[in-house]
Amino acid sequence: MKNTWKNFSKYRFLLMELVKKEIKLKYRRSYLGILWTLLEPILTTAVLAFFFGSIKENKDPQFPVYIMSGRLLYSFFSDSTKAAMKSIRTNSAMIKKVYVPKYIYPLSAILSNYVIFLISMIVLFLTAILFKVEPTIYLLQIVLPMFLLLILALGIGMMLATMAVFFRDLEYLWGVILMLIMYTSAIFYKVSMLNLGHKAWMLKLNPLYVIIANFRCAVFGTPMSNMSLLLSAIYSFGSLIVGFLLFYRKQDKFILNI
Amino acid sequence: MKEEVLVVDNVSMKFNLMENKVDNIKEYLIKMIKNELHYQEFWALHNVSFTLNKGDRLGILGLNGAGKSTLLKIIAGVLKATEGSMSIKGKIVPLLELGAGFDPQYTGAENIYLYGAVLGYPRDFIKEKYNEIVEFSELGNFINVPVKNYSSGMKARLGFSIATIVEPDVLILDEVLAVGDAKFRKKSEGKIKSMFDNGVTVLFVSHSLEQVNRLCNCAILLEKGRLIAKGKVADVSTIYEAKLNEI
Repeated sequence: MKNTWKNFSKYRFLLMELVKKEIKLKYRRSYLGILWTLLEPILTTAVLAFFFGSIKENKDPQFPVYIMSGRLLYSFFSDSTKAAMKSIRTNSAMIKKVYVPKYIYPLSAILSNYVIFLISMIVLFLTAILFKVEPTIYLLQIVLPMFLLLILALGIGMMLATMAVFFRDLEYLWGVILMLIMYTSAIFYKVSMLNLGHKAWMLKLNPLYVIIANFRCAVFGTPMSNMSLLLSAIYSFGSLIVGFLLFYRKQDKFILNI
Repeated sequence: MKEEVLVVDNVSMKFNLMENKVDNIKEYLIKMIKNELHYQEFWALHNVSFTLNKGDRLGILGLNGAGKSTLLKIIAGVLKATEGSMSIKGKIVPLLELGAGFDPQYTGAENIYLYGAVLGYPRDFIKEKYNEIVEFSELGNFINVPVKNYSSGMKARLGFSIATIVEPDVLILDEVLAVGDAKFRKKSEGKIKSMFDNGVTVLFVSHSLEQVNRLCNCAILLEKGRLIAKGKVADVSTIYEAKLNEI
């Protein structure tokens, strides 16, 4: 354990360089650059809010803020896990030549997306002001779901990175699962609009749904339930532990498969 | 006074070869159900042991497929030995396929920091040595051009300049003494010579007996993954020559 930490601090600079590289290269060849991070959620939220906001039962004047908060969390989760899944394969040239602790690659993929996600929070902030969402003391709680989201993405990302080395078609399968996650995350509808009855607990099987629900509590100023926070923490740290264990047990075999 | 720098103890390396490589979930499941997941074991290295003292220059000889590259990869830490252990003291610099860690979209300057970080150098150190690296690579204004527009010689020059900016304790050479044009080759040989004079420990793989005889003071000979001779370079190369003549 002590050795792992020593090794990590030695490669901290590499981690920073890789995070920087991924952010820099993502926007290098575009005119608007990092502005896309801000523009993209505005455009999708506008479209979603226009159509789903017109549903009859929906009388929420702050609905765009509701949509955007779900949308931003989901796109971070989907972008970062996809990037982490591909990270071992994209860096195969380096892995084959020089020794570097391999978890650096999925970790940097997740972190670079997290930085972009944090920047995109500016849009949510401005939209919230525009639609007069009053900040409350509960807003401080926003750090909890945001932290748990990072942990969840890291855990799932490590699992995917490991499995994608051995199974190339995982990319397509994960695309399908991500779509399922999106539809069950209550991004552009409210659970109260559905006719689920006592089956509503099924949504709580989706880790991202719980995180988004907690996040919205903080944004709209209602207390989070301890149950859903606990559930979310179990999902996040559970996947982190499983992800790291899987990765560590298989990492010596990566090089034979890339 | 002799200081052991590298200890390779009973190292064996096993590869699982599959006739048809399964790399998707569907085939894997089908083969698992049909119980067709057979692996063929292949031992690339068998119980290889040797030690190197500080300042030793080891030539690794053997025909194609003898396990030379596998051994180097284990020593570089890229592969993990199936059995046995390996320990190394000090900073190890592998001069293998120079520039393989570069990002093609990044400029030369950015790649200096990236590749330096891959090799485990701290940021301040690279900053300090930045000018020296650029100067040695002779890239001039090309340093601000993305690496994808470099010629292979330019890439190798930059890779060599970054990798050799530290004084390594162990240097791994895989026939890379042919870097760039004649002028740069002379310069890089000079750099390696000066490292030799400073007492660096060297592992050198080459098919050229002449080069091995010139550079190394000891050698090992591998055949089908087994170590069949070790000792003074002159003795081992005689055995190797005899083997070559047998065929």
